Amino acid sequence: MSELKTGGQIIWESLIHEGVDVVFGLPGGAILPTYDDLYKYDYPIHHVLVTHEQGASHMADGYARATGKTGVCLATSGPGATNLITGLATAYMDSTPVVAITGQVPISLLGRDGFQEADIRAISMPVTKHNYLITDIKDLPAALKEAFYIARTGRPGPVLVDICKNVQQMTMEFTYPDTVYLPGYKPSLLTPDQDVIGRVAQLINEAQRPVIIAGQGVSMAKAENELRTLAEKANIPVATSLLGIGTIPATHPLSISWGGMHGEAYCNYALQECDVLFAIGARLDDRLTGAFSTFAPKANIIHVDLDPAEMGKNLTIHTPVVGDALMTLRALLPHVEPNEHPAWLAQINEWRAESVERDILTQETDELVAPYVMRQLWYATNQGDATIVTDVGQHQMWEAQYFNHTKPRSLLTSGGLGTMGYSLPAAIGAQIAKPDEEIWVVAGDGGFQMTMPELSTVMQERLPIKIAIINNGYLGMVRQWQDVFYNKRYVGTPLYNPDFVKIAEAYGIPGRAVTSKDDVYEAIRQAQMTDGPFLLDFQVEEFTNVYPMVAPGKSNADMIRRGHPIENQGA
Amino acid sequence: MSDTQIRRHTIIAWLEDKPSVLNRVTGLFSRRNFNIESLNVGHSETPGISRMTFVTLGTGRDLQQVTTQLDKLINVVHICDVTSEPAVVREMALIKVTATSQTRGEIMQLVEIYRASVVDVDMTSLIIQIVAPEDRVNSLISLLGNFGIEEMVRTGRVAMVRGNSSHGHNHGAREWTEVAPVDASLPVEQNGYH
Repeated sequence: MSELKTGGQIIWESLIHEGVDVVFGLPGGAILPTYDDLYKYDYPIHHVLVTHEQGASHMADGYARATGKTGVCLATSGPGATNLITGLATAYMDSTPVVAITGQVPISLLGRDGFQEADIRAISMPVTKHNYLITDIKDLPAALKEAFYIARTGRPGPVLVDICKNVQQMTMEFTYPDTVYLPGYKPSLLTPDQDVIGRVAQLINEAQRPVIIAGQGVSMAKAENELRTLAEKANIPVATSLLGIGTIPATHPLSISWGGMHGEAYCNYALQECDVLFAIGARLDDRLTGAFSTFAPKANIIHVDLDPAEMGKNLTIHTPVVGDALMTLRALLPHVEPNEHPAWLAQINEWRAESVERDILTQETDELVAPYVMRQLWYATNQGDATIVTDVGQHQMWEAQYFNHTKPRSLLTSGGLGTMGYSLPAAIGAQIAKPDEEIWVVAGDGGFQMTMPELSTVMQERLPIKIAIINNGYLGMVRQWQDVFYNKRYVGTPLYNPDFVKIAEAYGIPGRAVTSKDDVYEAIRQAQMTDGPFLLDFQVEEFTNVYPMVAPGKSNADMIRRGHPIENQGA
Repeated sequence: MSDTQIRRHTIIAWLEDKPSVLNRVTGLFSRRNFNIESLNVGHSETPGISRMTFVTLGTGRDLQQVTTQLDKLINVVHICDVTSEPAVVREMALIKVTATSQTRGEIMQLVEIYRASVVDVDMTSLIIQIVAPEDRVNSLISLLGNFGIEEMVRTGRVAMVRGNSSHGHNHGAREWTEVAPVDASLPVEQNGYH
């Protein structure tokens, strides 16, 4: 007879079985038995104490995005669990594998509005791939096994396991299950049928103006090489979604950057004019497509995704292909014929030249603008040899436009949910996963303040994270919408900011404010040369807006470009 | 099937009988803004598996979303649209109708014509039970309305495909009872997942 283990021991030993060596969490009454077992049994798992549970779920998310492994976060019942929700919703929208473990009040108090009781199973249901409430220790090992299995397989996503306090204290003989029994869940490495592959190949071979859109699914399937081979074999330009940035190096001659609301104008022109659109591992959301009915109007749209529910969810898909990105590309490659598309590529290059001409960096200005900072950051990181974790807003778009990502998983950003406050905690998770990677937080002055207290976690863990705040004194993207759609009525967008350098100093983090264009590169170098974390407060020109811009509900063909009359009204 | 034509679909889903599974299903319906007309859940022939019949109104694309999104729920084992299948489709209703000595005879006649039955008699009312396709239930209810309906309960549509169809049992129950546990101890790649 094997020895009896407590529920708390079972949790830690299950995590070890799953290869987990770090968890992000914050203790409280309903999860204390589990924390106590970590202390008593000294399991080889590093617990990272966060300042707010939202940080824990973002850290688990950042850890997972940086590595592809499953991130784990831990919280107590009630407010601890509800604080995780923003991070879980972020992970759910962007298909990140995360397992959240929460304590729950003891069974005797369930449903009685006990202290710190919240029905987190019901609350988290719409923002998790699956979840569990464990009221019997016998169900615990299988639930944990299933949680990890569900989180990382198929289309990944967050799974929450809520465990009653007394279950953590109960004991049972423990063996971690080898198998899962989930009759309703059959994720598989789908290869589309030969005839589907044949039809897709024929469309690509006959296309005059083909374009590929690569999404995050390509990275998840580790299919970057196959994607590149396909593009090079038939000379097809490759656009990406925001989350697909890095699937093809932005410096590759066939890369046409990324499309959508703030994507490159020439990329949007190519998407609107193409005759065959091969979208793979991207869910084609409204920020990428603009008004659904107006997107790629001349194209036969081929949509490859392993989630059947994505087929036709937003767009009318002419050629739906349910399949894994890697398997599909491998099956497809032998059937794709070499091609040149000289006229089409020349046309795109013409659009590209026009985009460059209208670019803010082409226009001489002495003012410190964020696009310049982003481009200098790119130069300073040896042209993209770093992981950038962005927040949400104008700086996020500028980073994506001016930092030319050349390696996969090098941009971590909240694309779907658009979660301000994501960057600092996600960067902490990423840095812990990759201690030797150069990691930069790029955040706006608004979003940074949402999770700024995690600076204490940076110091506690001695992480060498570099922070670049793009400080324009406004909730900039919201202000931009007020510029364009609300006749400059700036309600609720001007910010009363602290001195960010002093804030950093208070945490023991050196920092520097940058107000002049001339100091940008040197300041970045100073941050890089400094051992440990460093904060740069880039006080940029206030009223610069992100262009191009597609108004919500409008066609990508109707971009507001730089120099457009609306912009000229700017302050 | 036209993508834009709105039709009424009868869909059967087999669910693992796990806590809050119905919550997951109805939560999904509301979150995805699906239009559900009726929903009925009960035991199936397989222990541990519930059978749900629901009726949804929508275009081909709506239907595709309903079924694929529902299928993504971990506890949904199988789902099929039986709208165009040869199927037995029934609904049950209990209707308490006002009945005086003057009207009771006429009501009983209607009950006979509709092959319904009287399951409770009182000096002032009758409870009538009908098991029939939905339109016949509607028709009887509308006639009984002339006498005064005091109370009514309907189960919503249930359906079963006729004969030895490829849907339902064969595609449903047998599939899940024969699913082998997956060896989740292997590295993901070897198991065929990324």
